[in-house]
Amino acid sequence: MPRMTMIEAIRDAMDVMMARDQRVVVFGEDVGYFGGVFRCTAGLQQKYGKTRCFDAPINEAGIVGAAIGMASYGLHPCIEIQFADYMYPAYDQIVSEAARLRYRSNGEFTCPLVIRMPTGGGIFGGQTHSQSPEALFTHVSGLKTVVPSNPYDAKGLLIAAIEDPDPVIFLEPKRLYNGPFDGHHDRPITPWSKNDLGEVPSGHFTLPLGKASIVREGAAVTVLAYGTMVYVAQAAAAETGVDAEIIDLRTLLPLDMETITASIKKTGRCVIVHEATLTSGFGAELAALVQEACFFQLEAPIARVTGWDTPYPHAQEWDYFPGPARVGRALVETMEA
Amino acid sequence: MTTYAPLTLHVPEPAVRPGGTPDFSNVKIPKAGAVPRPDIDVDPESIRDLAFSIIRVLNRNGEAAGPWAGLLTDEELVEGMRHMMTLRTFDARMLIAQRQGKTSFYMQHLGEEAISCAFRKALSPGDMNFPTYRQAGLLIADGYSMVDMMCQVYSNSRDPLKGRQLPVMYSSKEHGFFTISGNLATQYVQAVGWAMASAICNDTKVAAAWIGDGSTAESDFHAALVFASTYKAPVILNIVNNQWAISTFQGIARGGSGTFAARGLGFGIPSLRVDGNDYLAVYAVAKWAIERARLNLGPTLVEYVTYRVGAHSTSDDPSAYRPKTESDAWPLGDPIIRLKNHLIMRGAWSDERHKQAEAEILDTVIAAQKEAESYGTLHAGGKPSARDMFDGVYAEMPPHLRRQRQQAGV
Repeated sequence: MPRMTMIEAIRDAMDVMMARDQRVVVFGEDVGYFGGVFRCTAGLQQKYGKTRCFDAPINEAGIVGAAIGMASYGLHPCIEIQFADYMYPAYDQIVSEAARLRYRSNGEFTCPLVIRMPTGGGIFGGQTHSQSPEALFTHVSGLKTVVPSNPYDAKGLLIAAIEDPDPVIFLEPKRLYNGPFDGHHDRPITPWSKNDLGEVPSGHFTLPLGKASIVREGAAVTVLAYGTMVYVAQAAAAETGVDAEIIDLRTLLPLDMETITASIKKTGRCVIVHEATLTSGFGAELAALVQEACFFQLEAPIARVTGWDTPYPHAQEWDYFPGPARVGRALVETMEA
Repeated sequence: MTTYAPLTLHVPEPAVRPGGTPDFSNVKIPKAGAVPRPDIDVDPESIRDLAFSIIRVLNRNGEAAGPWAGLLTDEELVEGMRHMMTLRTFDARMLIAQRQGKTSFYMQHLGEEAISCAFRKALSPGDMNFPTYRQAGLLIADGYSMVDMMCQVYSNSRDPLKGRQLPVMYSSKEHGFFTISGNLATQYVQAVGWAMASAICNDTKVAAAWIGDGSTAESDFHAALVFASTYKAPVILNIVNNQWAISTFQGIARGGSGTFAARGLGFGIPSLRVDGNDYLAVYAVAKWAIERARLNLGPTLVEYVTYRVGAHSTSDDPSAYRPKTESDAWPLGDPIIRLKNHLIMRGAWSDERHKQAEAEILDTVIAAQKEAESYGTLHAGGKPSARDMFDGVYAEMPPHLRRQRQQAGV
């Protein structure tokens, strides 16, 4: 099986879908001739022509708005917002339009649209290239929100997202593009070419949206994580020796409550980890759902380890980032509680 | 050293406020027939002056004059007349229904009927409008069922949109009428995207974007113009300048620009201004712009100069911000009276036939209303089920919504 980086896997998913389905078009800032600032669309314009993969003006509302029009016509656009941090001008289009076409027209007009955006920090991107705005999407009725954590998942989930009849927000943790990152920023990363999760089947395959994956089985405590934090949680478990069961949510909405509930009923403890800010973050929703479903099985308070409620700082990146030391502390404290 | 006087902020004001004498001397109105009709493949640079004039066909005597005249037969004009009269009657009945508490909200077209009614007749089946809330003439003129429209306004058991949308936010794919958002300007750029898709698929369909004067200030308007210009999308970018954005006069959105049409010039988009109360002029300009789009010559921007005679909506009282008699002073007249006079002059119409048509149309609208009300009104009779509320958020209902529907007990 070929090994790919996450960038190559994402590109391969679009390549497979553009070859299979004439309705799939790809556009965004710098994605055409150049192939995207992260190279996710490199070669697609040469292969499929410039009416299927093209550069867009620097206008996120325009990119998403035009894509909504295309989707309502019958195309399946898979567009790129260069950084999730640049999404805000398009938020009205996403919330008031893409998410609601089906509902408000009683199914006459629909919006099969994928909006890809690199998310998260760890690259010294400062406050405008590091944010994790997933909770701004999970709060919106009519959207699905996906966060893959490895090349295999990224390809299978992106193909599923492109084939989905509704709008999907596809957040790509940019710190994982070239290899898994466990938060130990002073150590070199192992590239995906040396990791089994870099093995990606060629051709068409899908992973269902709404299905989590258990990446480490354990009996002591359940860790709910997604994106980069999946690897941070694994490092924390290894370093503390806590027998954690780590769940990679993969899709935040729809959420795989079955897997979550089964695990917490087994372990009786829950630690939630995300890079986004704490207050009203997706962790708050997870904590609420977990206590509703598992209150009588819980043996300790649910813990959250997240970014601080500040803008994402530049020089203080590693003080902000919820690394393995902070996650490890939460694991130990939850076990002692 | 130069010393400067303190800076001062300029806040534009309309010419007149309540209590004053209406004054439209700032609206420069060329003679009907005076503005030339360029070739369809004209270089946009050579017609920049059309963004500052007003294309008019019907003159004050009811005659059709100049190069934009002569496109419609007597029968077509009579049909257009009936569409406008139907829309006006429909509005009048629904306004009363709102006051009777049969619905929560309504928005009328009074004075602007020619724009959407004539534009629809210039389109072909399959073309798509991205309308605002004041283009229901697109539906009336395409033969959409008035009963369905009223059922939507009443949010009753036969509401095609299952009670999910505010009254008048219609949707009909079959009639080329995109689901109305209610958020302003968002759909302008969607129309451009729809048109781009038609071009990507080598289709022959075109799109029409709609916006009001006030909403041209939104960023999405400018996004639409960038995309339309860059990709030469087959789209008609319509601006209905009815002088008022709720209580805000058009000068607040227009700023230092001479006209709204002039917004298109910086993008290299041919930009025309047209008398929005002149059915023949609206049709002729729409036809020209639609033909350009279909010939792959790219977008056209059209500003319809008109006047919002009624309130913005049933929640608005214009006497608080403009003179009550301002609409009487509006120099472009009433679209129905102007077409009526023209048809009489052509020998295709008479006062008697007009009265008879008014009575027939009123009967038809009342019959539709009776039928619609038999399916319920907002607070009485049949209405969409609470279960309908949970459907259609996604193609397939996700588990969390299924749980919530269970909790709601529906």
